[in-house]
Amino acid sequence: MKVLAAMSGGVDSAVAAARAVDAGHDVVGVHLALSRMPGTLRTGSRGCCTIEDSSDAWRACEKLGIPYYVWDFSERFKEDVVDDFIAEYAAGRTPNPCMRCNERIKFAALLEKALALGFDAVCTGHYAKVIEDKDGNPELHRAADWAKDQSYVLGVLTHEQLRHSMFPLAETPSKAEVRAEAERRGLSVAKKPDSHDICFIPDGDTRGWLEERIEMTDGDIVDAEGVAIGRHRGANAFTVGQRKGLQLGRPAADGKPRFVLEIRPKENKVVVGPERMLAVDRMKGIKVSWCGNPIDEVASGTEFDCMAQVRAHGDPVQARASVSIDDDGQQLLVVDLIEPMRGVAPGQTVVLYQGTRVLGQATLDSARSTERPELAESLS
Amino acid sequence: MTGPALAAFTEHLSRSGNPSSLHGSGRRARMVVEESREKIASAGGAHLSEVIFTSGGTEADNLAVKGLYWARHGANSRRKRILCSSIEHHAVQDTVEWLVAHEGAEVTWLPVDSEGLVDLEVLERDITADPETVALITVMWANNEIGTVQPIDDVTRLARRHGIPVHSDAVQAFGSIPVDFAGSGLNTMAVSAHKIGGPVGVGALFVGRSVSLTPVQHGGGQERDIRSGTLDTAGIASFGAAAEAATSDLPGEAGRLAALRDELIGAIQRAIPEASLSGPEDPGGYSRRLPGNVHFTFPGCEGDSLLFLLDMAGVESSTGSACTAGVPRPSHVLLAMGLTETQARGAQRFSLGHTSTVSDVEALMAVLPETYASARKAGMAGHTSSIQTAATISRSGNTPGTQRQGER
Repeated sequence: MKVLAAMSGGVDSAVAAARAVDAGHDVVGVHLALSRMPGTLRTGSRGCCTIEDSSDAWRACEKLGIPYYVWDFSERFKEDVVDDFIAEYAAGRTPNPCMRCNERIKFAALLEKALALGFDAVCTGHYAKVIEDKDGNPELHRAADWAKDQSYVLGVLTHEQLRHSMFPLAETPSKAEVRAEAERRGLSVAKKPDSHDICFIPDGDTRGWLEERIEMTDGDIVDAEGVAIGRHRGANAFTVGQRKGLQLGRPAADGKPRFVLEIRPKENKVVVGPERMLAVDRMKGIKVSWCGNPIDEVASGTEFDCMAQVRAHGDPVQARASVSIDDDGQQLLVVDLIEPMRGVAPGQTVVLYQGTRVLGQATLDSARSTERPELAESLS
Repeated sequence: MTGPALAAFTEHLSRSGNPSSLHGSGRRARMVVEESREKIASAGGAHLSEVIFTSGGTEADNLAVKGLYWARHGANSRRKRILCSSIEHHAVQDTVEWLVAHEGAEVTWLPVDSEGLVDLEVLERDITADPETVALITVMWANNEIGTVQPIDDVTRLARRHGIPVHSDAVQAFGSIPVDFAGSGLNTMAVSAHKIGGPVGVGALFVGRSVSLTPVQHGGGQERDIRSGTLDTAGIASFGAAAEAATSDLPGEAGRLAALRDELIGAIQRAIPEASLSGPEDPGGYSRRLPGNVHFTFPGCEGDSLLFLLDMAGVESSTGSACTAGVPRPSHVLLAMGLTETQARGAQRFSLGHTSTVSDVEALMAVLPETYASARKAGMAGHTSSIQTAATISRSGNTPGTQRQGER
C-alpha cells in the first residue's frame, strides 16, 4: 500500500512510520503545519508545528529512508479546531480539540489530500486498533496497552475514515516498548518527552489563552441554591468539575472543597457545590456518529449494554444506551449510567464501548444530576 | 560544486596558514586570497579592493543595508528613509524591517508591476518628495523566484542626482548574467559563491572605494576594517575558481540556458494553457529574465501537492518560499505582483543550470500534465473536505442503517 505517515515529530509517530516501512508499505512522511505562526521555536510544552518538531520528524524520515514533506493545514486547523474550541467555551461547553483535529484534519483534510495524491491510507502513532469483521467492515478497538489507549479520541471516526486509517502501535504492550524500539532503531526522538497539552496553547494556560479571545465579564459565583458566594472574571473559562481557581476565600459550611457544577453563559453565572453534586446518572448526546457500521440496536432503537467514557483517560462506566430520532431526523443518544459518574460537562464527548470495541460517540448536550434532578432538561 | 571550484577547495583545505599571519604559510594563504579577490572582482566588473569577503550573501546584504543606514544616519540624523523594493530576498527585507523596528528607520516598499519590475516613477516621486531624508535605496539585481532582471542603471541614475547610495542584492544575477559593478553605478552589491558552483559559506560584498559603511561585526578588521573575522582561504579559493569558470563563457552559457528556458516555457504553455507564467512575458534573451528561471502558477492546486508528485516522479522543483519549519507560504514576491493568496499557492519554479539539457525538459514534460491533473484533484487545503465525517453525517441527517453493510 501507499501509506502517508503523519509525523508529529514525536516518538510514537516515528515508530509507527518505521513499522509501516517494515511491513513493506511504500511510506512517505508528512508533518502537518497547524499553527498560523509556524516559524516559532517553542520551549516547555510541546505540540505540533514548531521548528524543533518539524526537524525531529525530518530526521526520523531520513533515518527510515523515506521522503519527507511539510503540508500546511493551518487554515483548516484554525477554522475547524481552534475557532471551534473558542466558540464551544464561549457557549459554556467543554470541547475536546484533539478529537476535533482527528475528525476534521488528520482523517479528513489530510486523508482527502492523501487519497487524491495516490495514497491508500494515513498512518499515525495513535494507540488503537482497527480490525475487520467477517464481512470486511472496519471496527475500532482499544489498544493492547489500556493505559496508553487512545481509542477515545478516535471514537469520532466514521466507516470511511477507518477504512483508510493505519495504527501500527495497536498491539504494543507499553509506551516503554515504543521508546526502546525507537532507541534500537536509532531514532533521535526516543527520549523526547510526551506532549500532553493542547498543542495550540503553548504555555498550557488555557484560561489565560481563552481570556484573550473570549469577551469575559465579571459575574457571580453562586451555590446550588442560587446564593451568590463570590465573583468570577468570566464564566466562559470554567469547566464543570473544576476545583482550582475559584478563589472563594472562605470554605463551604461543611468545610469540604467546592467544585464547578454548572456554567450558565446567558446569566454569566458559575454554579458551585460539593463534589457529590457532580454525580450524574443520565446523559443525553447529540451529533451522534458510529465508528464503522452501527450495531443492530441502533437501527432498531432498542436499549443496549455498553461502557461509557467521557474523557480521554477517564474510567469507563457501565451503562445502557438507546438511540432515538428527533423531529429533524437527527439521532439522539440517551445513556443511563449504572453507577453515577462525576464531572460531566456539556460539550464533552461520550464514547461508547462494548468490550474493546468502540461503537460510536456523541456530544453531551445535557446530563441529569442525581442530587439536582430539576436540572435534567435545563442544560443546553 | 563545479570541477575547478571543487579542486581549489580540496587543495587549499589541506594547507595551513592564516592569511592575516605574517609568516611564510600566512603569506602564501594571503596570496591565494588576493588572487581569488582579483578573479571575483574581474567577474563582477570591479576593482579588487572593492571586494569584501563575507560568510555569504545574507551577511553581505546585512552589512550593506545596516552599514549604509548607520553611516548615513550617523552623518545626518534626518536620513531615516529606506526605499526598498517589495520583492527583495529575506536577507534584505528582514534587515530593513529590523532597522525599522529597532533603529528608528522608515521604510517605503517600492511597488512592482505585474512582471515584477520596480516602478521607477514611484521611486522618483519618493526620492524627490524629500531627498535629504533618504538613507539608502536597495533593489535586487534579479529576483530569485520569478527571474525578473531589474533596471539597476535607471535606479542608480535617479539616486545619483541626490547623492543617495544604492545597494543591490546580485546573488542571483552574478555568474548568471553579465554584472558590471563599475558600470552599474551601485555603491554596494552582494554576491554568493554557492549560487555559481562554489562552496556554501562564502560570499562577498562589493563596496565602492568611496563608500563609507559602519561595520556590523567587530574584531580584527581583516577586510578593510569593514568586516572582521579570519578569512576562509579554501572557501575563497574555491569561490574565485567558480567565479572565473562561471564568467569565462557567460554569454554562451546564458544563451544556451535561455533557449532551453524558452523551450520549457513554451512546452508548459502548450500542455497546460491555464498555467500562468510569472515574471517577464518577453524574456529579451536574458536581459529581462534570468536564463535559468521558469516560474508558473498553476490554478486550482497547491504548490506543495505539485512538488510532492513531481518529486515522486523524479523531478525536483520548488514552491518558492518556505518558513524555517519547512511550511510552504504564499510568496511575498507574488503577492507584491498583485496575485491573490490562492493564486500564489499554486506557484512552482523550475530552475535550469549548467547540467540541464533538452532531455531534462522532456522528462519534466512527460510527467507534468498528469501531475497537474492529480494535484488539482487534491485541491486546495482550505476547501471543504468530501470525506464523510461525524459532522457531515449529523448535518446531512443520515439515519442509522443507511451505510451499506460490507461496503469496501
